[in-house]
Amino acid sequence: MKILVPVKRVVDYNVKVRVKADGTGVETAGVKMSMNPFDEIAVEEAVRLKEKGVATEIVAVSLGVAACQETIRTALAMGADRGILVETEVELQPLAVAKLLQALVAKEQPGLVIMGKQAIDDDMNATGQMLAALLGWPQGTFASKLAIDGATATVTREVDGGLETVALALPAVVTADLRLNEPRYASLPNIMKARKKAIETVKPADLGVDPAPRLTLVSVAEPAKRKAGVRVASVAELVAKLRNEAKVI
Amino acid sequence: MTVLVLLEFDAAGIKQPSRSAVAAAAKLGEVHALVAGEGVAAAAAAAAKLPGVAKVLAADAPALAHALAEPLASLLVALAPAYSHLFAAATAVGKNVLPRVAALLDVQPVSDIAGVVDADQFVRPIYAGNALATVRSADAKKVVTVRAASFDPVAVEGGSAPVESVAVAAADGGSRFVGAELTKSERPELTAARVVISGGRGMQAGDNFKLLEPIADKLGAAVGASRAAVDAGFVPNDYQVGQTGKIVAPELYVAVGISGAIQHLAGMKDSKVIVAINKDEEAPIFQVADYGLVADLFTALPELAAELGKG
Repeated sequence: MKILVPVKRVVDYNVKVRVKADGTGVETAGVKMSMNPFDEIAVEEAVRLKEKGVATEIVAVSLGVAACQETIRTALAMGADRGILVETEVELQPLAVAKLLQALVAKEQPGLVIMGKQAIDDDMNATGQMLAALLGWPQGTFASKLAIDGATATVTREVDGGLETVALALPAVVTADLRLNEPRYASLPNIMKARKKAIETVKPADLGVDPAPRLTLVSVAEPAKRKAGVRVASVAELVAKLRNEAKVI
Repeated sequence: MTVLVLLEFDAAGIKQPSRSAVAAAAKLGEVHALVAGEGVAAAAAAAAKLPGVAKVLAADAPALAHALAEPLASLLVALAPAYSHLFAAATAVGKNVLPRVAALLDVQPVSDIAGVVDADQFVRPIYAGNALATVRSADAKKVVTVRAASFDPVAVEGGSAPVESVAVAAADGGSRFVGAELTKSERPELTAARVVISGGRGMQAGDNFKLLEPIADKLGAAVGASRAAVDAGFVPNDYQVGQTGKIVAPELYVAVGISGAIQHLAGMKDSKVIVAINKDEEAPIFQVADYGLVADLFTALPELAAELGKG
């Protein structure tokens, strides 16, 4: 079975993002970029399935500017076999990404797509569900456990009340939650090997997709800052403040 | 302009995040509510009482029993032509289903909104809430999930809307419910509690979460956790507060042994009053805390339980 793993290039999770002074977006110039952490978990899961003999080939896909090649290289160093870059300068929103991936799925015919449940930049949590919809495939979102048995994927999902398990008829889309696995660090030999793996570049037009965004960013603002609080010296003082000053207990 | 809101419910009635979604939808126009499941008569009756709901659609079918995304999305798509907007709370169900609906309608969804500007424009947090984006949707129909903590829920009683049954077409979406392992608790739900007390890595072990219980009992609080505490296996996943866990905005949030990573702050920084108890006085959590206590939690928590008992 072939697995397709979409990986997104995002501002590194350790970076404290700053809103641009003119309110047109957040500062991304000169900021460290990395693979979306949830996508790393997705790559790791695909690699483990290959190590178990369930998957035969892993194709890592990234969509966006030319620098997304680096994100694909990271996936290749973790164990993906080859990469596809859908290169465009257009800002891609989840609907466009889902359509582009749908076209790639038609070409590559994977038995499973595994991707992060959410990108930590736009926090949309939508692309996996949308890809499943466009393909007419079932979806297993927010996965904390995945087992493949023949033509069925059994997915344990993190839901509001705890855990839920669903069985999906393959092919399917699975989106990774935090506790699906702990991604490996790529070893130096594997990083070297990844440089020789192939990355094919295509354009949205080659896939017959119009990637134009549907949402326009009107403005970006900083959230209201919390006022600096006070330190209390004891539990008794804390309780007194909560009772008499904040009046919340 | 009419908004259809997908409601979630349990034996106790309509869930609070869904009532917040109704409140957000009511800013736009007439609100219709959808209850979908197997045996929904009681939920439909509860939905009919929500103030601001003009009509309740009840979809009753075995295929809808577990809110699986595939049949639920098909149902919403079938109902969509009569509506300008489709809303749901940004819960595990809403986040699972609404993007699927949006794709089937060729719409870019607007996820996790914290504000309604007008029929086309919404405010939503990005980058773990470190920025608030106002976006305008160019789609003819809007598909929106609502951050419940940002909208006061409508009351449980006050309305009297008619209930209408809707037909459900049978279709195999390729998914099957196998089972659920839900955390049992007598405490209020995290996203609905007036007070939340959360433990972090500093709790050191799952057993130590017992130290939070007498305090939670006295305050009527829900118990939450940071990602570190969940990853370490101290508590189940549904305790997690943060960017990708639950978003809470209670009257009082007590963070115990939580350092305050931005991903955690994203889930609680809109709380009215924040208390931090941490032995590391440099912990970032103190930068957002109204009241900070630098102390060893293993001494402070029993003291806090005793002090609250005096009240």
